[in-house]
Amino acid sequence: MHLDGEILENSEVGPERYKLVVYCPQIAREAKPGQFVHIRVSEGYNPLLRRPFSVHRVRGQEFSILYKVVGKGTEILSRKKKGEYLDILGPLGQGYRLAELASNISQSILVAGGTGVASLLFLAESILASGSKLPILVLIGAKNREEILCERDFRRLGCRVEVATEDGTTGYKGLVSQLLEKLLSPRETPRKPLVFACGPQEMLKRIGEISRRYRFSCQVSLEERMACGVGACLGCAVRVKNSPYIYKRACKDGPVFDIGELIWE
Amino acid sequence: MNRKAKNKSPNLRVNLAGISLRNPVMVASGTFGYGEEYAELIDLNRLGGIITKSITLKSRLGNQPPRIYETPSGILNSIGLQNVGIDSFINEKLPFLKRYNIPLIVSIAGDSSDEYVELAKILGREKVEGLELNLSCPNIKYSKKLMFAQDPKMACEVVSKVRKRTHLPLFVKLSPNVTDIASIARICEQAGADGVSLVNTFQAMAIDVESRKPILSQVTGGLSGPAIKPIALRMVYEVHRVVKIPIIGVGGIMTARDALEFIVAGAKAIAIGTGNFVDPQTSIKIVEGIRDYMVKNKIGDIRWLVGSLQSPKG
Repeated sequence: MHLDGEILENSEVGPERYKLVVYCPQIAREAKPGQFVHIRVSEGYNPLLRRPFSVHRVRGQEFSILYKVVGKGTEILSRKKKGEYLDILGPLGQGYRLAELASNISQSILVAGGTGVASLLFLAESILASGSKLPILVLIGAKNREEILCERDFRRLGCRVEVATEDGTTGYKGLVSQLLEKLLSPRETPRKPLVFACGPQEMLKRIGEISRRYRFSCQVSLEERMACGVGACLGCAVRVKNSPYIYKRACKDGPVFDIGELIWE
Repeated sequence: MNRKAKNKSPNLRVNLAGISLRNPVMVASGTFGYGEEYAELIDLNRLGGIITKSITLKSRLGNQPPRIYETPSGILNSIGLQNVGIDSFINEKLPFLKRYNIPLIVSIAGDSSDEYVELAKILGREKVEGLELNLSCPNIKYSKKLMFAQDPKMACEVVSKVRKRTHLPLFVKLSPNVTDIASIARICEQAGADGVSLVNTFQAMAIDVESRKPILSQVTGGLSGPAIKPIALRMVYEVHRVVKIPIIGVGGIMTARDALEFIVAGAKAIAIGTGNFVDPQTSIKIVEGIRDYMVKNKIGDIRWLVGSLQSPKG
């Protein structure tokens, strides 16, 4: 859908990290966790393309995104004020598959790196809303204490939360992937966790290795550069296994993929 | 609408080498897939026509990522003709497109003139309105290093061979990466082309200075978007002065005014490429904008505007 949304809030929630809340009933109604919105931040030609953001939360007729200022597009977005309107395409893409949360699953583990946490809060809320009684463990990783986002939001939902920082200013000192491995039971158990992860590619690669060793399935949400966002331009190609491989589109076939099908470039 | 207003409604219909377009605004090859994605966002029946993503005889995987990179007012791409191949196109993509009442120009690409002939023969048996010969993809490897559209002899060979084997209107997609695009357009006209589409993307690159590596996996790519519009416009102007066949103007068109510039320079139709990515409604808004311009300036028929460029003096 191609829509206009009114900005209700655009506030700094961490260093160069913002939360943007938009009034847009259609997206609030339709969005599934892991899907994204494609926002035009400027009416001019520089930047020219829209910017994709995972849906972070849905509340009534509002949805929010959580983003970090990484370039010109997000910098312009961070200066938008309450009351301004945004040109939005969405919700787009294939989100997390909750149907895989079946009886043979021991728990869901949500692993976030940096602002990758954005889509996982919406996922946790949706898992709970689905009536699933499975425990949810949330692992949040960042460089330092200040960059850890949403810890309290997950706790409020009743999730168990563990934090990892690279400098050790809070929680486990090290990478969130190392924390994941530390918390996994080394025993062979019939029931495996189902892991959902979003974060930098290096983090996802490490989780891929762990998933092979411990034999759990894992759905990852990829952050790729996109042009059209709807599957036409074939710019956001992702290499997946298919004797030997084919390219899928992060925007249309993803952004959520099974970690086992990905071939990292 | 009352009768009086109806009479005043300007005529946007154009005859493009025998193909009747309800308006001159088409969507450019490679930017609109096979219509399925955008059909969810816009009413395809309001377009003048669709030029499909280029089809090859066999499916192609396309280039290794990264494939796209944004530059000021432009996009660099190196997709590498990823497509499903002619058989899947006919079986899986064409039936969807035929549900719409809209002229279809199928873009084809090959490694040799024989492949273009083969593709034209196969498509001659289908219900399509025209063919666009993509002789100018900058993102694939050519045996003689040059794109067909950069080599007058090869361009002539491909066009004349295909011409002999099809009755479908033939449009040739020209490359801007040449010294004299007008002379190549002339050669295509003489070889039997019914029209020319110009321009394809400009060969270009970007470098990450931290790693000192090219951003795109294939080192260079093709530049599109508003950044190239003035150059594409100059090329349409130059080609229009030397050919009689119709021109499809392409290159960074984002607004009705951009489209009108191409039409005044000599394009009988125009195609939207990168503009689709920025705003899926671009083509529809341009149709409306052209109509508004014609009403405001009391121009009853779009044909009066084509190539109507005035002398700078006087």
